[in-house]
Amino acid sequence: MKKIIFITALALSIVACGDRIKPDGAVDDGSFADDPNGGATAGGIDGAAGLGGTELEGGKLVSYEENAINDPNNVLSEKIVYFGFDSNAVGDDFVELVKHHGKYLSFNVNASVRLEGHADERGSREYNVALAESRAQAVKQLMLYEGAGNEQISVISYGEEKPAEFGHDEESMSLNRRVEIVYQ
Amino acid sequence: MKKIIIGLLCLSFTSVAQAVLKIDITEGFEGALPIAVVPFQWHGSRKLVNGDVSAIIASDLARSGKFSPVAEKDLIARPHKLADVHYKTWRIAGMDHIVIGSVTLQRDGTYQVEFRLIDILKAKQVLGYSFSATKDTIRTVAHQISDYVFTHITGMPGAFGTRIAYVTVKRSKKNSSSRLQVSDTDGYNPQTLLTSNEPIMSPAWSPNGAELAYVSFENGQAEIFTHNVRTGVRKSRAKYKGLNGSPAWSPDGKKLAITLSKDGNPDIYIVNLKDNKLKRLTNHWAIDTEAVWLPDGKSIIYTSSRSGKPQLYKQSIRANSRPERLTYEGGYNASASVSEDGKHVAYVHGEGNIYRVAVLELKTKSSRILTDGPLDESPEFAPNNSIILFASQERRKAVLAAVSVDGRQKQRLAFTDGEVREPSWAAVRH
Repeated sequence: MKKIIFITALALSIVACGDRIKPDGAVDDGSFADDPNGGATAGGIDGAAGLGGTELEGGKLVSYEENAINDPNNVLSEKIVYFGFDSNAVGDDFVELVKHHGKYLSFNVNASVRLEGHADERGSREYNVALAESRAQAVKQLMLYEGAGNEQISVISYGEEKPAEFGHDEESMSLNRRVEIVYQ
Repeated sequence: MKKIIIGLLCLSFTSVAQAVLKIDITEGFEGALPIAVVPFQWHGSRKLVNGDVSAIIASDLARSGKFSPVAEKDLIARPHKLADVHYKTWRIAGMDHIVIGSVTLQRDGTYQVEFRLIDILKAKQVLGYSFSATKDTIRTVAHQISDYVFTHITGMPGAFGTRIAYVTVKRSKKNSSSRLQVSDTDGYNPQTLLTSNEPIMSPAWSPNGAELAYVSFENGQAEIFTHNVRTGVRKSRAKYKGLNGSPAWSPDGKKLAITLSKDGNPDIYIVNLKDNKLKRLTNHWAIDTEAVWLPDGKSIIYTSSRSGKPQLYKQSIRANSRPERLTYEGGYNASASVSEDGKHVAYVHGEGNIYRVAVLELKTKSSRILTDGPLDESPEFAPNNSIILFASQERRKAVLAAVSVDGRQKQRLAFTDGEVREPSWAAVRH
């Protein structure tokens, strides 16, 4: 549960400091949603992508430099998106995180990710594979809106076959309903 | 008395070192037919520990849910020959049928197994056969005898002599190992068909019992295979982008209904096994998956979230057919299995945090919850229509269990090591 609370707090702090942290001026540009691929290219070339970054109150950096995903102090170090029961909606707590990864991909056109969808153990196994795929697809869509390229993102669903936690309690199950963002 | 039978059965199973699955019968046998299986007489050999023919028959019949064999210590007599059977005594004891027989070691080291089924009310032998067996085949012979007895008395085909397939998983913190296993229907003689560090899912027997279809992630994505159990020959049937899941054999064994998401989201397709060509069956933005066939091969039942929550639907496989919704109670109804006579559908019914096995009568659309949950899944009808196998959680361990269609009997097929799941019961032994 700790993890979730932490990420929630982080996401809130990003929103709260929105004006101050904009790293490249392209964050709120609506054109990204209209034309994801074009937006990605434009942002990558013209934007001062992630130069230096800006420290947040929460202590994490927002920057999209190539090695940012490996920096434990960067917001991109968080790579797991959690979901509600039987839901494929990316919750408010995780939208910003997914957007950051989408922007990273748009600024680093040579980077690619595999989105691994997972479900908790309740219900039927094959339905859970389908549900977990729809979770990964929801994350992918959000990344595309931020300018990531379709070819940069692959999706695989494991359903309930690869739990992160082995317990059968509510907390374990909530940690198993997830999409893992795996950079290749 | 019923309790005593249970105890004896457990004992006879646990004493066998080779057994992997242990069968516990957890509830009584109300309404089951009384039968006495008299311990067979052994000539020229001591009773084989793994080949106690009469004990195997008794436990098969008990597991079917249709019979209530008398405990060995409660037998009123132990005849081995027809001439020794006193019909009146058995009739007074309330017995409808008895099984007697013998096992004789031959000079060439094989065993001759004889059995007779005696109808006490008719006061005569109604079945009698002799088989030749080896140490390795004697259990199979015993299961065949169970099938003969079951079929003669109930009029339904027996399925003790076939096989079950299931997936086992051994986990450690760092990795897990999945195995596709095939065993006798009582869990003996387990053999491993496939071992993988990636998930294996959804094994399904072909109608002739020769092949298994399943999903394996061994090549870095979900892929559907068919696998000939005897020859080991395996063919890739679907490896499209996205989901490749839920294989279900058509009753004629020529097609598989499968789930693919290559066109955007999970829909049901039919793959022709001759040329692997696809025909799309459903086209909806929601999840459509877990197709199973009705026995006539003309319709399927599947899970769809088109109403917002997973529910069961029935649809003809003809082009442009409309789905008919089958389930309305509760927010989660999925994972259908159709009985071989096409009358019942077993499925997972979820309410709140409790997932249980329920059964729906197709004609009346009435449904009944059969199990207690809380994490029951993968229900599958055994070929004789009377028993549903399912996977369950008990004290943090996944086990296989069985429940009769009327819900009155429950049995546990406990696994000794790791997790066991997704049972599939072959209709025929190939």
